[in-house]
Amino acid sequence: MGTASILNRRGFLKKGTAGGAALMIGFHLTPSAFGDEAQEQEKKTPNPFDAWVRVTPDDRVTLILAKSEMGQGVYTSLPMILAEELCADWKQVHIEQAPTNPKIYDLGTGGSGSTGDSWLPLRQAGAAAREMLIAAAAKKWEVTAETCKARDGCVVHGHPVRFFRFGELVAEASRLPVPNLHTVLLKNPDDFSIVGREVHRLDAVAKSTGSAKYGIDSRVPGMLYAVIARCPVFEGKVASFDGTKAKAVPGVRDVFEIKISGRGASTTGGVAVLADNSWAAIQGRKALEVKWEEGAAASESTEELRKQFLANAAKPGTVLRNDGDANAALNAASKKIESVYELPFAAHACLEPMNCTVHIRPDAAEAWVPTQAPQWAQEVIAKAANLPPEKVIVHTTLMGGGFGRRYQADFVMEAAQVAKVSGKPVMVLWTREDDMQHDFYRPASYHKLQGALDDEGKLVAWKHFQTSTSIASKWSERGVNDSGMGEFGSDATIPYTTPNIRIEYTLAHSSAPRAWWRSVQHSSGGFVIESFVDELAAAAGQDPLAFRLKLIGDSRKIPQAGEGRQNEQPLDTGRLKSALQLAAEKAGWGKPLPQGHGRGISGLCYGYVAAVAEVCLNSKQFKVERLVCAVNCGRAVDPNGIRAQMEGAAIYALTATFKDAITVESGQVVQSNFNDYAMLRMNEAPPIEVYIVPSTEAPDGIGEPTVAVIPPAICNAIFNATGKRFRRLPIDVRLLKTSQS
Amino acid sequence: MARVTFVVNGSGHTIDVAPETPLLWVLRDDLNLTGTKFGCGMALCGACTVHIEGEATRSCITPISSVAGKKVTTIEGLSADGGHPVQRAWIEEDVPQCGYCQSGQIMSAAALLTRKPNPSNADIDDFMSGNICRCGTYQRIRRAIHRAACTMANNTRPSA
Repeated sequence: MGTASILNRRGFLKKGTAGGAALMIGFHLTPSAFGDEAQEQEKKTPNPFDAWVRVTPDDRVTLILAKSEMGQGVYTSLPMILAEELCADWKQVHIEQAPTNPKIYDLGTGGSGSTGDSWLPLRQAGAAAREMLIAAAAKKWEVTAETCKARDGCVVHGHPVRFFRFGELVAEASRLPVPNLHTVLLKNPDDFSIVGREVHRLDAVAKSTGSAKYGIDSRVPGMLYAVIARCPVFEGKVASFDGTKAKAVPGVRDVFEIKISGRGASTTGGVAVLADNSWAAIQGRKALEVKWEEGAAASESTEELRKQFLANAAKPGTVLRNDGDANAALNAASKKIESVYELPFAAHACLEPMNCTVHIRPDAAEAWVPTQAPQWAQEVIAKAANLPPEKVIVHTTLMGGGFGRRYQADFVMEAAQVAKVSGKPVMVLWTREDDMQHDFYRPASYHKLQGALDDEGKLVAWKHFQTSTSIASKWSERGVNDSGMGEFGSDATIPYTTPNIRIEYTLAHSSAPRAWWRSVQHSSGGFVIESFVDELAAAAGQDPLAFRLKLIGDSRKIPQAGEGRQNEQPLDTGRLKSALQLAAEKAGWGKPLPQGHGRGISGLCYGYVAAVAEVCLNSKQFKVERLVCAVNCGRAVDPNGIRAQMEGAAIYALTATFKDAITVESGQVVQSNFNDYAMLRMNEAPPIEVYIVPSTEAPDGIGEPTVAVIPPAICNAIFNATGKRFRRLPIDVRLLKTSQS
Repeated sequence: MARVTFVVNGSGHTIDVAPETPLLWVLRDDLNLTGTKFGCGMALCGACTVHIEGEATRSCITPISSVAGKKVTTIEGLSADGGHPVQRAWIEEDVPQCGYCQSGQIMSAAALLTRKPNPSNADIDDFMSGNICRCGTYQRIRRAIHRAACTMANNTRPSA
């Protein structure tokens, strides 16, 4: 079975690139989008006391979580949902990672989908467990269940009140019939006492004392450590190697080649250096002599890619959307503008470098994996070990950042390959340089936008041409022929009313690995449309907020454009407006600013997030003074967690706005560590305020969307302050200083 | 190979490794103190920060030979029970997201507060800018340091 077929079998590409939908829209990984559908249907209703809730006689409630914690806070928000319906005492709630059992759990964490996708299933599971506890108490008291209630970890009855603690009931309750999850009584949201409350993160203590265990902290008796020498050139191979000097390094045990595993897990192959400890392995690799067969990609560079972009942009692309006649409207319009925007490859740069620990025995395997996709990890190890997946135990560990990078299985496959040869437990450890030079990058893209306005400032035409190194084309032959709709997110369905809209796409070729980076295609789309609409506002001579609100018009639902997206939620422009208005109000939009200051706004239907940036440019320095963000994410399950995610996503976006690009020379990534791919630091971090629009709609996720609105808000603010428009990320602030001096 | 004797979190250790081996890997692989993290290997990110004789030090570039006879404190030894004012402030302010950088951030912050018990925002920026947080928790780190400074000032104030 080829690795590509793993993906196909799982509906990955079927629903992803071909339809242009699930995979590309923030890779929304509901069971139907990612899992094997037949397998999903086979899922039985599990006993909640087996699958979700463990209560011990001391009343400790352990909630079992199938989603992976990479910092986004699912170890707090998801327990809140489950504990709410269970009527547990929040002080007694503990958490545990679920086993990798796809027959029970909806595994896979990404696309900001955990809270939204888990909302109903976790409520149902919690409610079922609560009803079983109530039934057990009613039986003991010989009363009807309807006369009993659960609250704060107890079931109570009558006046004067009598009660049983959950710990006293669980043995009986877990043997009772499981209620039908679709009809089980859910709490009235007016009675919520945990959901929506300000709570502390459940993992904060472990993460403040050094006791939290990440993948890299996995320790197994008798384990060895390996690092791998990989060809620095994309898709290059080992021609030959001499491990003599590496083996002479004290602590090095073995040196051997591992093969490229193809498109599925997409490993590069290389030479593994196996040692008693991490440092010996790293030193052994330094001493290793390898000759590489660099292959065709050795001629690739950022400069060459830009030439492709320019050549592609000189010709029409494949038409992906064509409402009305944008070309004719542009030709006829009295006022029209055209702008080009460019975004580079971007690296995830999780602070915990990739790593994976695997032990393969003849009859079974066990692995400790910091992964967003434990089921995929399990399948990859099973394949390498030649075992059925159910013989592979995958422990999902905490992750030192994920951001989409840890959805990949390349590092898992490498560890499985090395462990298979060694027969011992092995951690494959990546250094920072490995991590930065062998990432799956956010695609590089080039966008040409054209817009036309009538005399009243109405938008009469919108045309968007994009050429990029698409994600889909890197993953399959089928993806190469894909339309490219997956490269459009927010920008395929703009909220701005216009009768004529045309979207075109042309694929650019690159051997650089690409995949999902925090906010995926919205990271480019958000920058492009929210910068360009700002340019249109300026051309119309109107206030950027008023111009947006006028073009959005009445609150309405817009079906998402693009084949395969009909089943996605339509976009709700009312929610977008509420976020824009809240951000503007809190930022003091329209109030006078000191000399040299400027404000910019942006907002997207993606996550219904809006931001106002305030920047300051004086003779001494450029500074982001303040960021004000607002969101209408439906019901706020964990407000503290939402604020944390939006603050953090804003910093992630500031790094992409002001710091370094990933560039390519001679078919290899130039940057290698935080000296040449810098991260925003404490002294550069502006104050960030976050406001949440009150809502009773079902909750949406919030891990990613803020990443997409910050760069345009910053660039719009710079334009407001200086009249200079930045259309290429990252922006070079030195240009501002020289133009001002 | 060289035998090096030093003190970690109050306990003496003698280990026999290559003298240039960074302290980071001795802590993590030999002493199983995994709270100190590997992030960059070049003293660029601060995830590996520990105290050597009370000074915040990047353990990833500190050869083990240079700590012979010295006292090293790691996140595991900062307090007996996670009760150091900096750790308590981190929990109160819900600083950690992924948490991977936070051992290093906390060790840096604790060293800062020893040197400057009441730091300004500028002091915090100066001292803490060597520690990268990819999750972007800087604002909460700043708040937590001020909170810890407050707690420590109250703790040392003589009671009436």
